[in-house]
Amino acid sequence: MGLNISLSPEVLFQIGNFPITNSFLGGLVLSLVIVLGVWWLNRNLKKDVPGKFQNVAEILISGAFDFVVSIIGSEKKARRIFPLAFTMFIFILISNLATYIPGQAAVTLHRGEETVSVFRAVMADYGMVFVMTMVTVILVQIIAIAVHGPFGYLGKFFNFKSPLSFFLGLMDIVGELAKIVSLSFRLFGNIFAGEVLGAVMLFLAPFFMPLPFLFLGLLSAVVQAFVFAVLTVVFVKLAAEIEEEETLEQASI
Amino acid sequence: MELEAAKMIGAGIAIGLGAIGPGIGEGIAASKALEAIGRNPEAAGKITPLMFVSMAIAESTAIYALVISLIILFG
Repeated sequence: MGLNISLSPEVLFQIGNFPITNSFLGGLVLSLVIVLGVWWLNRNLKKDVPGKFQNVAEILISGAFDFVVSIIGSEKKARRIFPLAFTMFIFILISNLATYIPGQAAVTLHRGEETVSVFRAVMADYGMVFVMTMVTVILVQIIAIAVHGPFGYLGKFFNFKSPLSFFLGLMDIVGELAKIVSLSFRLFGNIFAGEVLGAVMLFLAPFFMPLPFLFLGLLSAVVQAFVFAVLTVVFVKLAAEIEEEETLEQASI
Repeated sequence: MELEAAKMIGAGIAIGLGAIGPGIGEGIAASKALEAIGRNPEAAGKITPLMFVSMAIAESTAIYALVISLIILFG
């Protein structure tokens, strides 16, 4: 009996040339659950006396919206970015928490010699996390171009006023690229490490040793979903900010 | 030295050294946040989420080291 840990998700079966991995399947199932849940909630909205689930949803959404407004500063901007950030939060949170449903690790599929578990934490697949990160990063670049204009955007990176500001502009390019790495590795690393830690502890000392680590994983599942969404909002806020120097220039023009 | 043994040592050193800085940094962040809450307990609701975000940012270098060592071990 050995530990079966792989960085990439395992392939369950293939449709044509397209491999269906276990985390892809999990992502589809969870998306379906979320879409159906939201559809059901939306159908049962009541104006006068809200039900239990509507109450919970209203508390969650209005609390999250107030928090986004407190970060970004204006309600108009918050209305634009809130749907994306909250969708990311809900999707990451539910896909992280879904790994704690007991019994699902026992569902396996036999492919020849090896045994492949059908469900895997969705965020423990680097491809999924990378796509979500790219959505954030590309959105931030588009917002920066829309706010500063194409020349203002390029001028931030290629600044010929002095050698120091030229160097700082080049460092900004590195900073933008580092966003991709830091945002995606943080989520992926936390979730994947939680899975590996649980597996190793279960392997070394079964049944009771993994419990504290599972609690830690539960905490980091919630915190990482929160952090990913909040960092998206913060990056958008930083990109949409007009610096004082620039406003002065614009005023003089 | 065999390749397997070298891999194990490399992974251990990577995560061991990489965890030092973020450990110190997160400790400082938590202690300052608790100090601030102690002075002004009403601001706890505002301070706690900011503390989590800044701790997660401080954590990222440890996560890089962790990912590197996981890639060395299982990649």
